[in-house]
Amino acid sequence: MSVARYFDEMSYGPAPEADTEARAWLTCHDATFGHFIGGKFVPPASGTYIDTMEPATGATLAKIAAGAAADVDMAVAAARKAQGAWAKIGGAARARHLYALARAVQRHGRLFAVLESMDGGKPVRESRDLDIPLVARHFYHHAGWAQLQEHAFADHVPVGVVGQVIPWNFPLLMLAWKLAPALALGNTVVLKPAEFTSLTALLFAEIATQVGLPAGVLNVVTGDGSTGAALVDHPDVDKIAFTGSTEVGRLIREKTAGTGKALTLELGGKSPFIVFDDADLDGAVEGVVDGIWLNQGQVCCAGSRLLLQEGIAEDFLARLKQRMTKLRVGHPLDKAIDMGAIVAPVQLKRIQSLVETGISEGASIFQPDLSPPKGGCFFPPTLISDVQPTATVMQEEIFGPVIVAMTFRTPDEAVVLANNTRYGLAASIWSETIGLALDIAPKLQAGVVWVNATNLFDAAVGFGGYRESGFGREGGKEGAYEYLKPKAWANRKPRQVTEQPQLQTASGGFETPALDRTAKLFIGGKQARPDGNYSRVIVSPAGKLVGEVGEGNRKDVRNAVAAARSAEAWSRATSHNRAQILYYIAENLSARSAEFAGRITAMTGASPARARAEVEATINRLFSYGAWADKFEGTVHAPPLRGVALAMNEPIGVAGVVCPDEAPLLSFISLVAPLIAVGNRVVVVPSERHPLCATDFYQVLETSDVPAGVVNIVTGSREELTKVLADHDDVDALWVFGSKTASATAEKHSIGNLKRTLVDHGLETDWNDPAAAEGPILLRHAVQVKNIWIPYGE
Amino acid sequence: MAELKIAPMVRPETGRNVPARNEACPLDLGWVRDVRVNLSAAERRVATLPGRRTVKKDAQAAWLLKAVTCIDLTTLNGDDTAGRVRRLCAKAKSPIRRDILEALGMADRRITTGALCVYHRFVKTAVEALQGSEIPVAAVSTGFPAGLVPHDVKLKEIESSVRDGATEIDIVITREHVLTGNWQALYDEMRDFRAACGNAHVKAILATGDLKTMRNVARASLVCMMAGADFIKTSTGKESVNATLLVTLIMVRMIRAYYERTGFMVGYKPAGGISSAKDVLNYQFVMKEELGREWLEPDYFRIGASSLLADIERQLEHHVTGRYSAFNRHPVG
Repeated sequence: MSVARYFDEMSYGPAPEADTEARAWLTCHDATFGHFIGGKFVPPASGTYIDTMEPATGATLAKIAAGAAADVDMAVAAARKAQGAWAKIGGAARARHLYALARAVQRHGRLFAVLESMDGGKPVRESRDLDIPLVARHFYHHAGWAQLQEHAFADHVPVGVVGQVIPWNFPLLMLAWKLAPALALGNTVVLKPAEFTSLTALLFAEIATQVGLPAGVLNVVTGDGSTGAALVDHPDVDKIAFTGSTEVGRLIREKTAGTGKALTLELGGKSPFIVFDDADLDGAVEGVVDGIWLNQGQVCCAGSRLLLQEGIAEDFLARLKQRMTKLRVGHPLDKAIDMGAIVAPVQLKRIQSLVETGISEGASIFQPDLSPPKGGCFFPPTLISDVQPTATVMQEEIFGPVIVAMTFRTPDEAVVLANNTRYGLAASIWSETIGLALDIAPKLQAGVVWVNATNLFDAAVGFGGYRESGFGREGGKEGAYEYLKPKAWANRKPRQVTEQPQLQTASGGFETPALDRTAKLFIGGKQARPDGNYSRVIVSPAGKLVGEVGEGNRKDVRNAVAAARSAEAWSRATSHNRAQILYYIAENLSARSAEFAGRITAMTGASPARARAEVEATINRLFSYGAWADKFEGTVHAPPLRGVALAMNEPIGVAGVVCPDEAPLLSFISLVAPLIAVGNRVVVVPSERHPLCATDFYQVLETSDVPAGVVNIVTGSREELTKVLADHDDVDALWVFGSKTASATAEKHSIGNLKRTLVDHGLETDWNDPAAAEGPILLRHAVQVKNIWIPYGE
Repeated sequence: MAELKIAPMVRPETGRNVPARNEACPLDLGWVRDVRVNLSAAERRVATLPGRRTVKKDAQAAWLLKAVTCIDLTTLNGDDTAGRVRRLCAKAKSPIRRDILEALGMADRRITTGALCVYHRFVKTAVEALQGSEIPVAAVSTGFPAGLVPHDVKLKEIESSVRDGATEIDIVITREHVLTGNWQALYDEMRDFRAACGNAHVKAILATGDLKTMRNVARASLVCMMAGADFIKTSTGKESVNATLLVTLIMVRMIRAYYERTGFMVGYKPAGGISSAKDVLNYQFVMKEELGREWLEPDYFRIGASSLLADIERQLEHHVTGRYSAFNRHPVG
């Protein structure tokens, strides 16, 4: 085109970013890459490679090694070998390494950006202006945590060898999110990048070695899902960190269940983007652009459900459509585009098919008339409207440049619709009224909430989901804990299980007997007979009958969970109120301490002195959680923008608690108190062998103003009730202490709704040791952190 | 809501389309108060736009030439003289060296600046110097830059400039009306200015640097358009902060909102602080992306600048020769 023609048309013309250096790097490796293990490239044991292609053109870019179990073995061995020394060099030394990585990423910024866009299809603007600067930021920030580790995490040690499996949508950024905290805090890593986008991870590993990262600290094994599975299955891996689909996340949870491997999952989403009628509509339209058309919508936290207040819906959609006509889809290396290519044909097909489903279910579709390049994986920006929550496109994660829109009438209805999803990753709220925006933010079930913004990320601010969007946080102090374990739990020993004593039945005498007492279940603030109407005999170590408790079953658990669900007001109660009630429980227990001590002695055979000490410790523990209730607060992050991010500790919701047999009163309270202190409601299965102090306890609860449904007690079989609780999709968290098999069951069966689990794997906790059994060590598991981003300015 | 006007009038002597004027509308205070601007969201838009759009090579040369045609070549200094103004007029008529235009294949196009902008005192001088060029003369008016002279004096000043041949009048608003939320007073003032202009097009200078908040800017933009401004303009060049991309985004979004509701296309003029070719492209991107292709033409887009042209000349020579240019290679204005 001539200058004159451009002058008349005022069109943009091509603006290609050069790919010379990136191609030179590929050529210097003959466009063939082995795994990166122990500080060097090694060919795959099997000798097989897979092609990685350029989604914009369909051309093959390079060959990468197809990893198999033998490669994973080698990588894990290298990581294991390096881990001790890497932990031992100390935080300050690791800080220098991370600093070097941050600087190296900046020095090679353009090479990383261009390679990322070639391999993954995202616009080079995004890899250059968003991904790569954030990668550097993550290494800087975590260099800081390494430097401060001995002070900030004095009571923690590294987890060990971590297997990390990352997705293709932000290849290098996800590498940084996973790698930076893991390495900073003394772990070594085997990383499995996505098969579509492994190149920047390999370049990173090469550069990391050049800047002095010791061999074995970072190992990269490439390949497809089977390679990831081999890593997940590897017995010498201490933790798996995964980002990807909810489907694969479930599989990993199931496979790692009972192995003792720690797990974080960052999964899918169907995040609401809520626009109130007092929003800056043009600002919000631009927010949609950043929310759903960033990276072609292949973003787990994409604002893909547009919820519009009825009064402005028509106006908003008109503005949005007009804005869409201005979007440009083109070659990822073109510097004047808004959207590049979809990562691979298989994803393109999935998007097409979901959009077709939407149309066949009666939705209206709008796509601007634009002409993307021929031959590559391109999909136009798409708006689907006239859809109801029942539509497939409203429920399923599309993971493409497709937004679905519907309306709401009131703020309450906005919350209901926003939360009407299995997911809970992110949400965006648009309103110019501070009172409204800050009222809605805590009501949304989402790990990240942006007020008048979307898709903001920072290394200092935790990121991660509620519900089936996974668990664990990445970034910030909350993210650092994911790569640490408490010292107090590091040396727990397997529990010695003794034989259940046989009941020695003896006929009674003719003296006046003690009055018969029936221990019932405690559900919704009422004593309830077990549904099955069977009883379980409780026997002392000497074989004497101590009492009988109800044999709780599925239906009792169902009722208890329903009661806990309806006690939702407890989660909104003030922390002062919850503190008062915990103190009051302690007070009422104290008044009956002799009775409880006697019961402990009768059930467990503990000496009266020991039993009294256990009651005292329990009262003290209740006091501690009364103290913590209004002190386990969130933090205010200062990300690099004019504004704040509030990291709020929020209750998880309904928690199942399965108690161990040792210290039956103290362990019961040690597990229940932290959960209710921060606003959860619990369904507790007390010690299977010594449950009577728990059934006695409901009288204490009844006299302590504990609202109905906050604490529900179901006695019965540990293994059976654990499975029932784990299988219940309305239980949000499950803590299981007391058995290796129940721990495994809890993890394995938690996959239905991906509940947060905390289990002891059969390792015995010293309940008398506050370091192991009291305070943040448990409170951290009793909350989930929601980060609310609030940019401000007038 | 008024119907969309699409049939432009035709200026008889040149055959060029003449834009339909903004016929104004009653002051709608509900609309004014409804205006909402989220600063952070607006800042993000202007921060990312330069990364989303760029023009290279021939396209860039064309865009820069287009920018030249939108420049209101300006001198507004206490030491202006007739001689100085005549020199600037000569530059307005031939802003780019002929050999460069030839190399760009644009010698047959009449590339001139959009207008010449002076104080009232030099309107006559400029009109004479620009005779036959069709370059309009714009006069700053109404007690520019502070706008605190008596209202009747302002109207008289406008009338005098129009009499002297100015076809565009750049008025300044009374900032107090905005800062105190006296929208009725702002509307009335603007209506009087518009009436005094007669057939001359009126550009309303908001002095955004004085208004401080983006909500003020948005509301003042809207009120001035309701009262009949043909252009809204950022600044006098004398405030501490002049044109910015942020303020541009806010103003052009109000232009779009006004157009959507009334059908009248209002022009936009950033002034002050745009001195490099790279800067001006970003302003053009905002115009194209937020308003559309029509708003890239001088009928709806003007740039108040004095040193910008020299930088564009250098860039264009670089485009032609492949060598970096120098200021002394281009005739001064």
